[in-house]
Amino acid sequence: MGIIEFAKSPWGQDVPIHIFFYLIYVAVIAGLTFFIGHVIWLRYFAKKEEFADSTPPGEVAKLPAEIKRHSLPARLFHWVQAGAMLTLLFSAFLPKVGVRFEWLQWHWIAGVVLTVSIVFHIIHASFFMNFWSIWPDKIDIEDAGRRWKRSQGEKAPAPRRFGKYPMENKMYHLAIVLAGLSVTLTGFFMLFRIRTPLFTRNSYMFGDMTNGLMYTLHGLAGVGLIALIMIHVYFALRPEKLKISRSMVYGTIKREHYAEHHDPKRWVAEAE
Amino acid sequence: MAVIRDVMPAFELFQPATIDDALNLLDKHGSEAWVMAGGLDSFDWLKDRIKRPSVVVDLSQIKELTGVKEWNGGIEIGAMTTLTDVVRNPIVKEKFSILATGAESAASPQIRNQGTIGGNVSQDTRCWYYRSGWKCYRAGGNTCFADTPTAINREHAIMGASRCVAVNPSDSAPALIALDAKMVIRNKSGERVVDAENYFIGPALDIRRMTVLLPGDLLVAIRIPSTWAGAKFYFEKVRDRPVWDFPLVNIAAAMKVNGDNIESIRMAVNGVAAHPVRLTAVEASLVGKPRNAASADAAGQLAIQGAEPLRHNGYKVPLLRNLVKRAIRGVEEAKWA
Repeated sequence: MGIIEFAKSPWGQDVPIHIFFYLIYVAVIAGLTFFIGHVIWLRYFAKKEEFADSTPPGEVAKLPAEIKRHSLPARLFHWVQAGAMLTLLFSAFLPKVGVRFEWLQWHWIAGVVLTVSIVFHIIHASFFMNFWSIWPDKIDIEDAGRRWKRSQGEKAPAPRRFGKYPMENKMYHLAIVLAGLSVTLTGFFMLFRIRTPLFTRNSYMFGDMTNGLMYTLHGLAGVGLIALIMIHVYFALRPEKLKISRSMVYGTIKREHYAEHHDPKRWVAEAE
Repeated sequence: MAVIRDVMPAFELFQPATIDDALNLLDKHGSEAWVMAGGLDSFDWLKDRIKRPSVVVDLSQIKELTGVKEWNGGIEIGAMTTLTDVVRNPIVKEKFSILATGAESAASPQIRNQGTIGGNVSQDTRCWYYRSGWKCYRAGGNTCFADTPTAINREHAIMGASRCVAVNPSDSAPALIALDAKMVIRNKSGERVVDAENYFIGPALDIRRMTVLLPGDLLVAIRIPSTWAGAKFYFEKVRDRPVWDFPLVNIAAAMKVNGDNIESIRMAVNGVAAHPVRLTAVEASLVGKPRNAASADAAGQLAIQGAEPLRHNGYKVPLLRNLVKRAIRGVEEAKWA
């Protein structure tokens, strides 16, 4: 038992062929362990959220009641991506745990939908949104250090309010970008190895080693996404996060939430 | 890769005397257990060391699994009944001669004496890349070595491929599908009955298996209803060596006619896909039609719709088309039906 399964190529070389599929269960257990750990952390160790500054009540009253957080195209992208991702995960891993169905067609079509939606998102985020708002910046890193020190009982200034996205959102996005691009790019080339109406099948595009590494990366990122998506759904459904989660449906957050958690200088409030 | 050795590898051998004992063993050992019927498929795998089960459950001592008996006007054939016994059975010969013809076309007399009907329908594919031990898709890898531009794939699939292009080699399978046979499967949880056409599965559904049988399952019998007893039958097998070979393509058809018109028909082919293919579209197109050259030509064309030959097996397309035509026009003349 290991992480990667190897086989002999026709030339006698040991080449990777894919991951060991027990890693599916490892990912699920990792996700569940995270839930339990996080609940214990919140219940027994977490301190109340504190910020260095706040918006005066008079200023809060001047804000729109509903602050725009996600545009319609961004929300549509999120839900299309969610549908495609769940279809990909279920079609990839259910057959591995004994559920029989013709999974490959579902899988590659969902993969194409995901790829198109990611291309759309990159263009949309680069040219029509504030591209840098989702990436960790210097303030985020400093404030993460402050939070850590304060959680350990050390003296440190209170962290500042967030920009548009809290640090954990940004880190999650980074993890999804890495895992998502890994499965998408490898999946794109794997499409050439099966029969689809999109491309002429070409099983000789890469050598055995490159193919094996691609299958392996595809699998590793895939099982990683199982845990990541479990964690995402867990946070989206946590009571204290529902105010943010609803913005992925309705597009907005309440001004009180905005004023308490977000720095107007780092994220300028707009009405829907 | 594959080296044939004379000596069997080590495994734990069980020879249960009853179905219940066999089911207990299969339940206990799960996917570690190898079910052996006549041994003609199994011994290759085991001696070549390509499959290395730790437990072999030999069914040869289970008397309940052998014999042909009448069942609801039709027959029930024990899964361990030899092909020779199927061929020689008077009821099979009288009512379901297509099965006798199909079973008799399998392999050689010696092999038919040892090989069983259950083994014949449950055997693995003969793709030599797979059987030589290459880690192909079917063996758990990520490549079909038979589906590359330089592959030797003269015997492989022209339809129903999904990554793997291996074909099912059974000669009795299309006959059983044409007869609307029912496969009786038992495991520790109970019994289920599966239509013959659904017993065989392709790589799209499960690339590691040829049938619906899962670890713990045992094919115990094949029931043939009386529906097609005495119908007009046609079976033809095309192979490289008429004396003894796997099919390149075989076809089985059961037909009821009313005057010159086809009242109903069931038709199945094997050797063209990873599983025997029932030609439902062809059947539907023929019902109510006269049994003439025009109907046969149209049916032949319909049968090859969607065929995607590989580099070396394009010949299977006209072969399939012509076998369908012959199955419709040649029923009266087919000397062996």
